[in-house]
Amino acid sequence: METQSQVVDRLRSVFRSGITIPVEFRLTQLNKLMSMIQENEEQILKALHEDLAKPKFEAIMSEVDIVVNELYFAITNLTSWIQPEYVSKNLATKLDDCFVRREPLGVVLIIGPWNYPLHLLLLPLVSAIAAGNCAVIKPSEVSAHTDRLMAELIPKYLSQDCYTVVRGAAEETTTLLLNRFDHIFYTGSQTVARIIMRAASVHLTPVTLELGGKCPCFIYGRVDIVAAARRLVWSKYFNAGQSCVAPDYVLCSPDTRDALLPALRQTLEEFYSKEPQTSPDMSRIVSPRHWTRLMELLTRSAGKVVVGGESDREDKYIAPTVLVNVAEDDALMAEEIFGPILPILTVESLEEGIALINRQEKPLALYVFSDESSVVNTVLEKTSSGGFCSNDGIIHMCLPTLPFGGVGTSGYGSYHGRWGFETFSHRRACMLRGWALERLNSLRYPPYTETKLSWLRWTTSAKSSCSLM
Amino acid sequence: MERQAVQRAKEAFLSGRTRPLEFRLQQLHALKTMITEKEAEISSALKQDINRSQYDTPLLELIGIENEIKLALEKLAEWAAPRPVERSLLTISDEVYVQPEPLGVVLIIGAWNYPWAVTLQPLVGAIAAGNAAVVKPSELSEHSSLLLRALLPRYLDKDLYPVVTGGVSETQELLKQRFDHVFYTGSSTVGKLVMEAAARHLTPVTLELGGKSPCYIDKDCDIRVACRRITWGKFVNCGQTCIAPDFILCEPCIQGRVVDAIRQTLLEFYGADPKCSPDYGRIINQRHFIRVMGLMEGYTPVVGGQSDASQRYIAPTVLKDVPPHSRMMQEEIFGPLLPIVAVSDMDDAIRFINEREKPLALYIFCSDKKATKRMIEETSSGGVTVNDVMMHYTLSSLPFGGVGQSGMGNYHGKHTFDQLSHHRACLVRSLRMENVNLARYPPQDRRRARRVQMALRSPMIDMSKRTFVWAVTATIIGFGLFITLLVILLIASGLNCTCWYWRGFYN
Repeated sequence: METQSQVVDRLRSVFRSGITIPVEFRLTQLNKLMSMIQENEEQILKALHEDLAKPKFEAIMSEVDIVVNELYFAITNLTSWIQPEYVSKNLATKLDDCFVRREPLGVVLIIGPWNYPLHLLLLPLVSAIAAGNCAVIKPSEVSAHTDRLMAELIPKYLSQDCYTVVRGAAEETTTLLLNRFDHIFYTGSQTVARIIMRAASVHLTPVTLELGGKCPCFIYGRVDIVAAARRLVWSKYFNAGQSCVAPDYVLCSPDTRDALLPALRQTLEEFYSKEPQTSPDMSRIVSPRHWTRLMELLTRSAGKVVVGGESDREDKYIAPTVLVNVAEDDALMAEEIFGPILPILTVESLEEGIALINRQEKPLALYVFSDESSVVNTVLEKTSSGGFCSNDGIIHMCLPTLPFGGVGTSGYGSYHGRWGFETFSHRRACMLRGWALERLNSLRYPPYTETKLSWLRWTTSAKSSCSLM
Repeated sequence: MERQAVQRAKEAFLSGRTRPLEFRLQQLHALKTMITEKEAEISSALKQDINRSQYDTPLLELIGIENEIKLALEKLAEWAAPRPVERSLLTISDEVYVQPEPLGVVLIIGAWNYPWAVTLQPLVGAIAAGNAAVVKPSELSEHSSLLLRALLPRYLDKDLYPVVTGGVSETQELLKQRFDHVFYTGSSTVGKLVMEAAARHLTPVTLELGGKSPCYIDKDCDIRVACRRITWGKFVNCGQTCIAPDFILCEPCIQGRVVDAIRQTLLEFYGADPKCSPDYGRIINQRHFIRVMGLMEGYTPVVGGQSDASQRYIAPTVLKDVPPHSRMMQEEIFGPLLPIVAVSDMDDAIRFINEREKPLALYIFCSDKKATKRMIEETSSGGVTVNDVMMHYTLSSLPFGGVGQSGMGNYHGKHTFDQLSHHRACLVRSLRMENVNLARYPPQDRRRARRVQMALRSPMIDMSKRTFVWAVTATIIGFGLFITLLVILLIASGLNCTCWYWRGFYN
């Protein structure tokens, strides 16, 4: 059995051999990853169900399909992504070849979380492979069945020389971080992210941190409350609220709240029936520890439960729950909920809501439901967040052309599609000059004179190229 | 004091006044005015700091800053505008774009070797991106640091862009505060500490560090021209440039010619006694003077070697046949010593380079395009200039930054703006067309699932080869059928025409 250091060293020497550089190799690996998913869909769905009671539909949409989509996107576009990018030149460099090369970084570490154990582990891997890196892949031990399945399947399909799965819990991850990587991609909590960034600083390793936060959902002004309720319920209770981009809490006026509640009840019944625990479309909490955490939050909250509230410890089940009369200093507002509990806070005006949002940390996503574009624009302009979506939830992260990432404590860096490719690449500036025009160069050599200086100013100005043409 | 400056900058940022583009443009204009009006004072400060020549100041620092400001002034509206992206079928009627936004308060820690350039160029990008910025110039370039502290508040918004001076302890105090981005230029050692401090607040960092930038000279290239260019790059600012060619790699057979060419060039540039040349700089302080002199210990230079501690003067020095394990080859020289290390050929040079940390810059002097391409492909570095040195730094459309131990992140031109912005993914939908969404809601079944799959599928147009071939074939067949139809019609009508024609003719 290889030690972790041996794994990293081995991957580094494989990387140095240059095997991952040719685009054919990368495309082959991406196609193999595609086969891995398509040929083992049943097993994957089973593992996800065992870990999170993930309904088949959710699993297909948010785990399998999203990875297949990303693979398809990368395979189709990779050849164009790796082309050198020629840049605009000034007069002094007019005859030179000036371009940016995308190069792989080396050996990257990808640490996945438990809530979307396939998607959030493999999506970064797609980008890492596309960019030509070798990778150490560390799935979350909390989603144990998927962890085991990944450790079994990945070496069967992908090159064992270039991509290795390393399993373990907190202790193993800590020792893994002592090694030197060329990039660390982490999805998870802020607390652990700080530890990871500190470990990375020892080796000056760049990091991408996909964290979380409390994603506000502001419902304001004239709004189709039924449609809004539908989209809100869908995005909130998908995966039992265990999504980093799930709407964490709702902000609205008291009137809107009164109109919203019946719509929420109605929608919940439509989606999950009167007994959500019996619905095959309702997920469970991932572990007893998280179940307890959520139940404690509910107990400590000063809010009033108006929908749901039922739970079952054995089943790790919590019913889709809604609370009202929740204040800003409530227990539910102190941390990211990450569960099927939706507090509704009331505000009297748009400004009050925006001020409340801005008093919290910058979230990973921000949602606004309104038929009034002025409301949407005002919130957009006066707040900051990783991503923004109006009149829907979560869906903005399904587009591979949009960068997915946080800002502030919700994270740093981004990925999906080409953004992921860029994250795992080094952009190397290249300038290829000729031997001629040494006369022009002599403008910069000592002994210096005023004349030389003026000429130099002219030739290196970005604008001068336009004036000549 | 540091905490107050940061707090004020935060409050000033939250007031929202950096948002309007007019404000940012006005601040950039003011910065340009400052540099233009105060050039003499800046030159004088640099002369006192590092004996920078009167011409080197605009050449190496001010022209670069001016160009960056001019570019930002011209392009700001374009850079700050929403950037639309390609949509999927599901989002076809939505607005989908990336919106660059300010991060908040940026900390810019400058270095002493080009104190104005490496402090103000990031500041240009910070202002353009709509941030507030706390500027911490290096205390080693003391005169420049004090001058900047006096000047900046006179031209720019005092609260948004405070200058904090001081040494190690003041910097450590600053790093305890929470920023939205830290931009550091300096050594790898301190870079690690900066990143560690930033980790506490999950603050992203841009680290412009250093390393030993190799300079490979191929035996078949124009050695005279190559050495002129290298000599310029190496000895400008007395070798104290992060992208200076640190050492030369070449085959033993050309070492002699390389040394001669450099010697000849030095004579042209600085005269027989560089100490008397107004264009030759000095080492920044005693500590670095001793450090650089120490690197030479035990080796006899073939050019230069003279020094004068009272002036912190070290002559432009070249050393031949330097062994790879010598002290000079273990750390970044950052001084006017140019070691030549022998390699047997280009492959040996590539191996040598790859055995070491990735440098900030790589220089290749070679007339063979294929060989050059191979060398670029088989190595890694922040940037590359072929057949010259340092020039990739001067083109703002190229991202400037390191990789590995030489740094992370990049800047210059639009890249600074992008580096100091948050790229917010925006999807603006409407509540209409709820029917389209019905497919994704529970309770679920196979048919619905397939519909959602289709809607989310991307890219919209299938660009695969098979589809392309099919499309072309189909077009050709279709076109062919169309032509056939036309021909048939023409013949048919033609026959008719000719019948009528003949009839008419004979009637």
